[in-house]
Amino acid sequence: MTTYYSEEHEWITVEGETATLGITQHAADQLGEIVFCEQKEVGDTFDKAEEIGVIESVKAASEIYAPLDGEVIEANPALEENPGALNESPEGEAWIYKIKLTDAAQLEDLMDLDGYKAFIG
Amino acid sequence: MMTDAPKRTPLYDLHVELGGKMVDFAGWEMPVQYPMGIMGEHKQCREKAGLFDVSHMGQVILKGDDIAAKLETIAPSAFTTLKEGKARYTFFTNDAGGIMDDLIVSNAGDHFFVVVNASMRHQDIPHMAKHLDGVEVIEIFDRALVAVQGPVAEAVVGDLCPAARDMKFMETIVADIMGVECRLSRLGYTGEDGYEISIPEDKAVEITRALLAHEDCAPAGLGARDSLRLEAGLCLYGNDIDNDTTPVEAALTWAMQKRRREEGGFPGAARIQKELAEGAARKLVGIKPTGRAPARQGVEVQSPEGETIGMITSGGFGPTVGGPVAMGYVATEQATPGQAVNLIIRGKAQPAEIVALPFVTQNYKR
Repeated sequence: MTTYYSEEHEWITVEGETATLGITQHAADQLGEIVFCEQKEVGDTFDKAEEIGVIESVKAASEIYAPLDGEVIEANPALEENPGALNESPEGEAWIYKIKLTDAAQLEDLMDLDGYKAFIG
Repeated sequence: MMTDAPKRTPLYDLHVELGGKMVDFAGWEMPVQYPMGIMGEHKQCREKAGLFDVSHMGQVILKGDDIAAKLETIAPSAFTTLKEGKARYTFFTNDAGGIMDDLIVSNAGDHFFVVVNASMRHQDIPHMAKHLDGVEVIEIFDRALVAVQGPVAEAVVGDLCPAARDMKFMETIVADIMGVECRLSRLGYTGEDGYEISIPEDKAVEITRALLAHEDCAPAGLGARDSLRLEAGLCLYGNDIDNDTTPVEAALTWAMQKRRREEGGFPGAARIQKELAEGAARKLVGIKPTGRAPARQGVEVQSPEGETIGMITSGGFGPTVGGPVAMGYVATEQATPGQAVNLIIRGKAQPAEIVALPFVTQNYKR
């Protein structure tokens, strides 16, 4: 089980061919208090850099961009009722998607934790 | 003007010290929020008291003869009947009946005191100087303006200034706070009871600190100010009202007293009086999204049949309401509370309902 990070401030934890995806604590802190999360549906496929959701805070709307190609196999249902969980636990219970990876080689373009920490400074 | 470096109010250093996140707003470096966060500051203001720096707004003194009558030639409210010590919400209209800016006018006895929007100071000062013949228009640069808003505002301000307790909504007085002469007006932009206090700049930090020393008073930024006024159904100039919207469309005819509606004599009277008699084609209404997705400025409003009937002018999350709230213009025949509409958010139709404004009950000291 390895966790990777994107420059769009997402984390992705890979277990075999599936992975769990969410936003980092840093991203959640920058967004401010989150009041809404729009998710794609199970079965939707997406390409790297494609918009795969929107997070709205009290301040503004921000898009979530796919860090790699994949297919949604589960969208966290808890976020509809409690989007504020994205502020509380964005790297834990407030994960956004479970996905199937289409091109595992793309993981090489992502950062590890040390790389991400250096990236956000 | 727009290329100038952002200006700072007398409270800038205090905002930074309090952890304010500073942003550029209408050419001013202002706090959008403090560490408490927009949601917390919003609730603080609804439940206790929030303190806002509104020193970026234009404070203006008008001196001369017949100011009230002259003001009536550029704004459609009644000023000749505005008693000393009273404040009134009004707006400047243009020849087409649109709104050039909204403002507060107070009768201060030997002069009139006017507060205009920060973003429109550059327009309003010359506008008044040009049209108020023989009136001296003095823009004040050496006073801060601090708003204390919320159900506990009377206690917060009253502790430092007992005279504040006896004031009613839309009254204005000059009173001593910590040995300094301040102007207090019992009004605001949150839907709550509260005051706006005009303070000489060299005492602004000291008095603001004293107000914040009250256990129920905390600083609040522009973010909470916007969500509070939106829930209270109060228009934001540039969003909900502008040169292309009339007072009838904007549902602001309450600010035009009967004599002014009947007599006219203000810019754009022909159109405004026609709309008063016959109604306007569109109307500013509250719009409540049924789901959780906020509908922001610029979102299209459609009828259930898919026809475009209007647009959102202000929208976001209402912390007190606990969900999204919005305001916008809708074709008058579809603007009845209860009317179902669709909001086109990111290409998808989201259900919503036309509702009466405000979203929260206004809590003024009548």
